[in-house]
Amino acid sequence: MSVLIFIEHSEGLIKKSAHEVLTYGAKLAAQLGTTAEGLVLGTVSENLTTLGKYGVTKINQINNESLNTIDSKLYAATIAEAVTLTGASVIIFSHTPTGKSIAARVSAKLKAGLVSGAAALPDTSNGFIVRKSVFSSKAFANISINTDIKVISVNPNSISAVIGNGEATLNQLTINVGSPSIKIIAVNKITGEIPLTEADIVVSGGRGLKGPENWGVLLDLAKALGAATACSRPVGDAHWRPHHEHVGQTGVQVAPNLYIALGISGAIQHLAGVNRSKIMVVINKDPEAPFFKSADYGIVGDLFEIVPQMTAEIKRIKGIA
Amino acid sequence: MKILVCINKTPDTTSKIAFKNNNTAFDDSGVQWIINPYDEWYSLVRAIELKEKDPSIIIHLVTVGSADCDPIIRKAFALGGDEGFRINIDSTDSSFIAAQIADLANKNQYDIVFTGKESIDYNSSAIGGIIAELIDAPYISLATLFELNGNTATITREIEGGEEVAEVSLPLVVSCQKGMAEQRIPNMRGIMAARTKPLNVIEPIAQENFTSIINFELPPAKAGVKLVAADNVAELIRLLHEEAKAF
Repeated sequence: MSVLIFIEHSEGLIKKSAHEVLTYGAKLAAQLGTTAEGLVLGTVSENLTTLGKYGVTKINQINNESLNTIDSKLYAATIAEAVTLTGASVIIFSHTPTGKSIAARVSAKLKAGLVSGAAALPDTSNGFIVRKSVFSSKAFANISINTDIKVISVNPNSISAVIGNGEATLNQLTINVGSPSIKIIAVNKITGEIPLTEADIVVSGGRGLKGPENWGVLLDLAKALGAATACSRPVGDAHWRPHHEHVGQTGVQVAPNLYIALGISGAIQHLAGVNRSKIMVVINKDPEAPFFKSADYGIVGDLFEIVPQMTAEIKRIKGIA
Repeated sequence: MKILVCINKTPDTTSKIAFKNNNTAFDDSGVQWIINPYDEWYSLVRAIELKEKDPSIIIHLVTVGSADCDPIIRKAFALGGDEGFRINIDSTDSSFIAAQIADLANKNQYDIVFTGKESIDYNSSAIGGIIAELIDAPYISLATLFELNGNTATITREIEGGEEVAEVSLPLVVSCQKGMAEQRIPNMRGIMAARTKPLNVIEPIAQENFTSIINFELPPAKAGVKLVAADNVAELIRLLHEEAKAF
């Protein structure tokens, strides 16, 4: 009845969201009085035994070339086998584009109850109840999983990775892996940028920046903070910024520690994509902008004057020349 | 070729979210119901576009829910689609809902099943993946482009930090998001035609609910915004650094 954590990696490196779910799984295992193990599909270049520092005792790996194509069908079949071999009863995924699609299939394969997008550790004091955000982060639901095997995907940034001293053993699982049902013919990764959904800090711009030529002030602030950049829907629709930067109800949903909105009024559809952020800061010249009602900090004023001062002050504090 | 488009009734995006019966049920008084935007704008419209290119394509719509879902199917009919199915039961469990749709899909042998990337009420992004597993088909989630070439689909999907293009043989299940198509407004001819399109009510198959909602909670009220004067930017940064410890 152990806890098995699916570990996502990209280009040979373990993802930050995987560190979070390793911590989540280890804490859950402690709560249930059992052990936590990791599961890696495909080839990685990192030393997997060091993942023990997140509290897992064993890392299971299925090192098979077919698994370098992330195909949910093949992954679900392989993971279900691994669940049987390890005897796991709770399977944890990151609620990322890859993780959530596989989690759903695995739950069907195992006839297991699924909570997709968990926001906190389960309450196991009386049953097994998982909290997740619903209604586009306008509320939470506490959901009871009623099956013996349970599948959970955990929202990125809802738990911080905790690092200890442990070391894990590495166990190669022997599983007959089939072939992928899809063929990947092209991959376009945006290089040199922090993926929006993994970022601790996001700096986002709206129509208040008046045009794509003015994005320099925003990029400077983002650089000083080590932040990812984002934009509102009108900005994406007007092609001032690439589509993948659009955050909101119909765009990317983010939950960073710090979200800084520059010249964004804060329509309800925009808030639906960002209101899981821990701290929200709004700079807007319109004191009536609805965003101020949801924000934690704000300045009413001209962002073109304010933002360069913010950048300079952050650089001073961080000691960046 | 047959396409199944899964649609779901959700509260309008601007609805006030409140709960009743000791926070165990969503309070729908005064709520305007819409078709889940991802289902309408992206899955349904993309299916209609494919049919416009190849009129031999048949589009079926399906929703799982009680009779108050009928207006949503009629609204979808006004945009397009040939025949509708309403599986007559309410549930909030993804496994339960997907099992109902998978049963219909197995009976009618669709070439493509489209879902939205998630519903804007329960936000689980799970239905497509579960259907795919239950009908043993490939599944592409978060698709932004979908092209059909005979029996092969070429699909662009979002991955973390970018996108990838996959080639997949039919049948398959696809969850759709922005990029697939553009929102459409029904025209008068569509609205008239919607009234007479066949809407079949079918009873659910036996299936357990694997999960159940215990209760809902609203997030704690925000303490209110701390406003800093425009000529005191350093104070804002000090608060973010020392009080919020945000960087």
